[in-house]
Amino acid sequence: MTATAEKQVTAQRDASKPITMVAAINEALDQALERNPDVYIFGEDVGIMGGVFRATDGLQARYGEERVFDTPLAEAGIMGMAIGMGLAGLKPVAEMQFAGFIYPALDQIMSHLGRYRHRTRSRFSLPVVVRAPYGGGVHTPEQHADSPEAILAHVPGIKVVIPSNPQDAKGLLLAAIEDPDPVMFFESIKMYRSLKQEVDLGYYIIPLGQARIHREGTDLTLICYGGMVEICDKAAEAAAQAGISAEIIDLRTISPLDTDTLLESVRKTGRAVIVTEAPRTAGFHSEIAAVIAEEAVDSLLAPVVRVTGFDAPYPPFTAIEDKYRPTPTRVAKAMRQVMDY
Amino acid sequence: MSKTTTQTPAGGAEQMPPAAAEAMNKSVLQPQAEGQPEVPMLQFITPEGTLNPDLEGGESRLPDPETQLWLYRQMRRIRHFDERAWVLYRQGKMGVFPPYGGMEASQAGTTAALTTEDWLFPTYRDTGAALTYGLPIKQTVAYWRSSPHGWYMPENLKVTPFYIPIATQYPQAVGAALAEKKKGTRNVAMAFIGDGGSSEGDFHEGLNFAGALNAPCVFILQNNGWAISVPTTTQTKAQNLSRRADGYGIPGIRVDGNDILAVYSVSRDAVERARNGEGPTLIETVTFRIKPHTVADDVTRYRPEEMTAGWDEKDPVRRLRAYLLAQGTLTEESEAALLEEIHTEFEEAVAAADSLPDPTPAEIVDHVFAEPTPQLKKQRAQIMEENGA
Ligand SMILES: Cc1ncc(C[n+]2csc(CCOP(=O)(O)OP(=O)(O)O)c2C)c(N)n1
Repeated sequence: MTATAEKQVTAQRDASKPITMVAAINEALDQALERNPDVYIFGEDVGIMGGVFRATDGLQARYGEERVFDTPLAEAGIMGMAIGMGLAGLKPVAEMQFAGFIYPALDQIMSHLGRYRHRTRSRFSLPVVVRAPYGGGVHTPEQHADSPEAILAHVPGIKVVIPSNPQDAKGLLLAAIEDPDPVMFFESIKMYRSLKQEVDLGYYIIPLGQARIHREGTDLTLICYGGMVEICDKAAEAAAQAGISAEIIDLRTISPLDTDTLLESVRKTGRAVIVTEAPRTAGFHSEIAAVIAEEAVDSLLAPVVRVTGFDAPYPPFTAIEDKYRPTPTRVAKAMRQVMDY
Repeated sequence: MSKTTTQTPAGGAEQMPPAAAEAMNKSVLQPQAEGQPEVPMLQFITPEGTLNPDLEGGESRLPDPETQLWLYRQMRRIRHFDERAWVLYRQGKMGVFPPYGGMEASQAGTTAALTTEDWLFPTYRDTGAALTYGLPIKQTVAYWRSSPHGWYMPENLKVTPFYIPIATQYPQAVGAALAEKKKGTRNVAMAFIGDGGSSEGDFHEGLNFAGALNAPCVFILQNNGWAISVPTTTQTKAQNLSRRADGYGIPGIRVDGNDILAVYSVSRDAVERARNGEGPTLIETVTFRIKPHTVADDVTRYRPEEMTAGWDEKDPVRRLRAYLLAQGTLTEESEAALLEEIHTEFEEAVAAADSLPDPTPAEIVDHVFAEPTPQLKKQRAQIMEENGA
């Protein structure tokens, strides 16, 4: 983290344009390919099709089939190959078509990706980046809306990054690509196109492991990442009307977790609500709650509350899907709960 | 790939003598693809709808006319579904649907060899196979409408829900087949996969297990040319996917996947072999995905239109139709009656699907365990409360 922070490049702050998150990711990949000849992009349908979400759109045309290529349909193969390429000194940036299809690759991830540096005492490192669309909110078929970030964050040796907006997505992805260690980069499917934001045109990085204060407030802290930032924003906006001042911490990286920023906020407000769309039991939200309990219990004016999905597979049932993902209403209720305690 | 590095011989080892190094350079590494023998593709009926003149055994190889007609009916029935599903999608009455139009022979011809005592493991592309096997239309409509009613699998069938993750069904089919064997039945399991899916590790583990354990399994590999935007040639250097069976010691058969009479015949034989304890078979049905990956996919991004041309002429429905009409097995009138019947059946099923109640939010947490955990009970109560129930 500090290594990348030192290398931080100042972006051309004056030059920016409003783009979506998927366009920002495309731009980051483009700049990474251009800047570093060791960067290779591959996965299922990333070539001529430009990815099912168009994140790699146009890259094969620009950089050729050597550097941007379709692989056979096999996630363990993609991941294993990325590991081998990383061992040999390249910078593989692999795409998993959906986070819900990472599971065949979990053996490679858990047995190798996370522990290679450790088991070779840094003789080999794996500068691998894996991008994967995750989460619900857009009526995908079965298994396309999973949020498996906690599984990955639980693997030692792997960083897990989850941007919530275009500007962050670009800078975080470029930081992930610069990082000497494996990074899982989860991209909220809902956020891909749901908002446009001014994004710096130039090359810039946002250091991994640094949370962001998305909104300042004094009464309570909403802790979230990825697709839930938008939801928390709406809830905070509504609460503001009612005179409640919510601070929103967008974690941006869940592993490593920026405990300083989140604890500082919780100590200031005395109340914490953690919001994720992953299933409830053993989710990453539980880790955050534990950190608060361990480090900031004295500051708490109310118990920590988690707003999450349920302990059931994400429902592909169009009519009721929206009842699974936390809504601003559900977040608002949790906010009242900590306020009224 | 990029930088050159100096080679350091490991741990004081001798460098290879130049002669040996040279010998290694012109080693056995010939381009594999060219060396692969062309595997003949079994075909009974030509695309024009005539008996394949090269068919060994000629007409005696064909199923009897009654069966031919019955197979035609199966194809028409599932084609109707596929076509209507598109219309319903455009009307907002169907969710994202993966069409199988053009692959009717491959789906109906294979599944027609099963009874409902046998297991069927279809993928998302295999609605046609499931319908042929006996899954009610109403059920499949509900499934593709993203309604939980599509998830209640009929008790009298041994069909699994459509597999969304690729290839995972292969080892599972081996398990089901093996269980039938251990229980002493003669039931078999049939599992589907695509050409893309045959790249996944699970495909290979499944075939290997089936061979090693002599499981009564029939593996259908529908080679429809594409895995979303990726052509089979990008998927693998192997030219004939059926030959992958060789590596696992099981028979691999390559059949014209648009010729239902041939597909049915090899499927029936494979099912028979499995029933008789002779083990698994891999059948590659060579076909084509005429339509996009799903109704929401833009096929023009990756497939030039010329590539689709010519496949219409290979249309499995058209092919058998021409043959049956020429033989007099089918007439314009009997066909009209058949289509009318199919139409009515479909409309009734859709009406039945229309009348299925909307799911309630609490259904999100139902059916996670036989007995809901305390956590789930609490979460159910939360959902009820949040939704004013
Ligand atoms: C494990 C897994 N990885 C990726 C996907 C996304 N995906 C859905 S369909 C598909 C292509 C499948 O092609 P093929 O196996 O040839 O079957 P077809 O759709 O052509 O019948 C992909 C990559 C998935 N469903 N599961």
